[in-house]
Amino acid sequence: MSVVAIPHIAVRTAPRNLGDRILRGVLRLAALVLVLLVAAIVVEMLRTALPAMHKFGWRFVVTSTWDPVAERFGALPFVYGTVVSSLLALLIAVPLGVGAAIYLAELAPAWIRPPLAFLVELVAAVPSVIYGLWGIFVLAPLLRTWVQPFLGATLGFLPLFQGPPYGVGMLAAGIILAIMVVPFITAVSREVLLAVPNTQREAALALGATRWETTRMAVLRYGRSGLVGAILLGLGRALGETMAVTMVIGNRPEVALSLFAPGYTMASVIANEFTEATSDLYLSALIDIGLLLFVVTVIVNALARLLVWSVGGPVKAIRE
Amino acid sequence: MKTAWIATLALLAFVPPASAQTLINGAGATFPYPIYSKWFDEYAKVDPEVRFNYQSIGSGGGIKQISSRTVDFGASDGPMTDEQLKQAPSELLHIPTVLGAVVATYNLPGNPKLSFTPDVLADIFLGKITKWNDARIAAANSGVQLPDQPILVVHRSDGSGTTYIWVDYLSKVSPEWQQKVGKGTSVNWPVGLGGKGNEGVAGQVKNTPGALGYVELAYAVKNKMPVAAVKNAAGKFVEPTIASTTAAAAGAAKSMPADFRVSLTNAPGEEAYPIASFTWLLVYKDQPNELKGRALAKFLWWMSHEGQKYADDLLYAPLPQPVVKQVEAKIRQITYQGKPLVAAR
Repeated sequence: MSVVAIPHIAVRTAPRNLGDRILRGVLRLAALVLVLLVAAIVVEMLRTALPAMHKFGWRFVVTSTWDPVAERFGALPFVYGTVVSSLLALLIAVPLGVGAAIYLAELAPAWIRPPLAFLVELVAAVPSVIYGLWGIFVLAPLLRTWVQPFLGATLGFLPLFQGPPYGVGMLAAGIILAIMVVPFITAVSREVLLAVPNTQREAALALGATRWETTRMAVLRYGRSGLVGAILLGLGRALGETMAVTMVIGNRPEVALSLFAPGYTMASVIANEFTEATSDLYLSALIDIGLLLFVVTVIVNALARLLVWSVGGPVKAIRE
Repeated sequence: MKTAWIATLALLAFVPPASAQTLINGAGATFPYPIYSKWFDEYAKVDPEVRFNYQSIGSGGGIKQISSRTVDFGASDGPMTDEQLKQAPSELLHIPTVLGAVVATYNLPGNPKLSFTPDVLADIFLGKITKWNDARIAAANSGVQLPDQPILVVHRSDGSGTTYIWVDYLSKVSPEWQQKVGKGTSVNWPVGLGGKGNEGVAGQVKNTPGALGYVELAYAVKNKMPVAAVKNAAGKFVEPTIASTTAAAAGAAKSMPADFRVSLTNAPGEEAYPIASFTWLLVYKDQPNELKGRALAKFLWWMSHEGQKYADDLLYAPLPQPVVKQVEAKIRQITYQGKPLVAAR
């Protein structure tokens, strides 16, 4: 048998190696295309943003005037609006999304899991313009007549909850974004938690841990980097979301501390003004904002990665 | 099977020359898109040889694309600037097609009929009049119970021809607006919230008691929103309607510049609604392609005559007769290598 087997194997290894090599080549090309794509985007944006960079320099990032008529442009309100609305969204969406995922993966009765998981995915597929319209016609009036007066009356001593209640504004944007981001965080977190080996849970339970202690120490800690990944995915969507946000944020380029006040985001101003930007400097300033959005996204992602690494120690310990 | 194939091949070989369609590409303004697509549809019945492809990418895009000759005609809600015309590779003509009006709409208890004087409108949008029961608003609205409520100004957040017309008007009637804010498709608004598109502004106004915004006349009529009368240059309060919009162009016809690059806001004439504007098609005076140029010129002729009757239904204001005469002369100037493409009739 072995005499037959050896040439058989020998014959088969050669083409398999060739196949492997081809596969490796193809996959490497695929990865390279991604890198080239990002590089091409950066180069093109730098090229077109150059006039604005020349004219405004670093002041572009710290100026809050946005005057297309006089062609004086500053991006600060947009950067502020993007970061604040996204953080606000995460503040609401992370406990909700991760909580729902824990319930779906750990606690829910088996019969309820598939329909619930299906619903979550369904919500994730709703187009953003639908959220935006719902925001204008349902959420904003709700906020204006009930939520904002209530917050103003109870927490009005905080600068965050001051000013006239318009309905639309930073708060509405944060809530809409949270609603849009929750299904992503839930769906991915659930997958992460389901991937935690059962031996983890069994080991913790065997040591006398309660259900919550098992979840907290054995499951969540094990899946921590995966959970951060899920949150990052949500954050990515929040940072880049355009349509729904622009419909509810009030579109006012102003840095205001109050969450009731209208704001503006980078993606929104590009979507709003790009089509009618007729002068070169105007267009260049908008593309400069696109570049800035790129930079902010990279910085936020890098910070989140650092966060994962800095808390990554115990995860390794458990794995070993 | 085989015969079917041969028949198909024969058809393929035969059909193209028989129906050699001329495809004319255009791009630009979104505001006139409904009437343009109606025209292209109807014109296909008049001349089946010509097909139009129009992309409503915005006036800015339209100007850019016609200037780089990537389309056969452009469309814009605002006239091109002298500088933009200079940058174009050859002389561009502005051909007015229809008129649009921009109206002030509001949300007050019972939605009474309101009237505004130009200075009051400007000062509200400058943030100097902040309450509905301000004496200056009340002066033009005797008999209307105005609430003691703050005015929430709502404007367009997206760059648009609608905004251009609105602020062009404010610039004309208020030196302070002219100096502080100016005009453009987007401006640095002194006060207020931005809504995306007509629907965004309308939604915000409908939902917020005390709100005041501006939308296209067609949009306000279709959605049965309250609209305000505005005092025109002749000193009369005029309601925005299709007739009063056309009247604005008729009033301006006497002093029409040869290139039609005229702002119709605050136009003279007793009946003229003061916040109105042309929308234009942009075509090269000397067409680079004889076949396309001839088709385009013929279409322009049709559009300014038979085509005008479709305007009313879609809530655009048709060109007044004196302006149609002026447009005729302009279309006759379109040439291919110096030869006119539409014969003098």
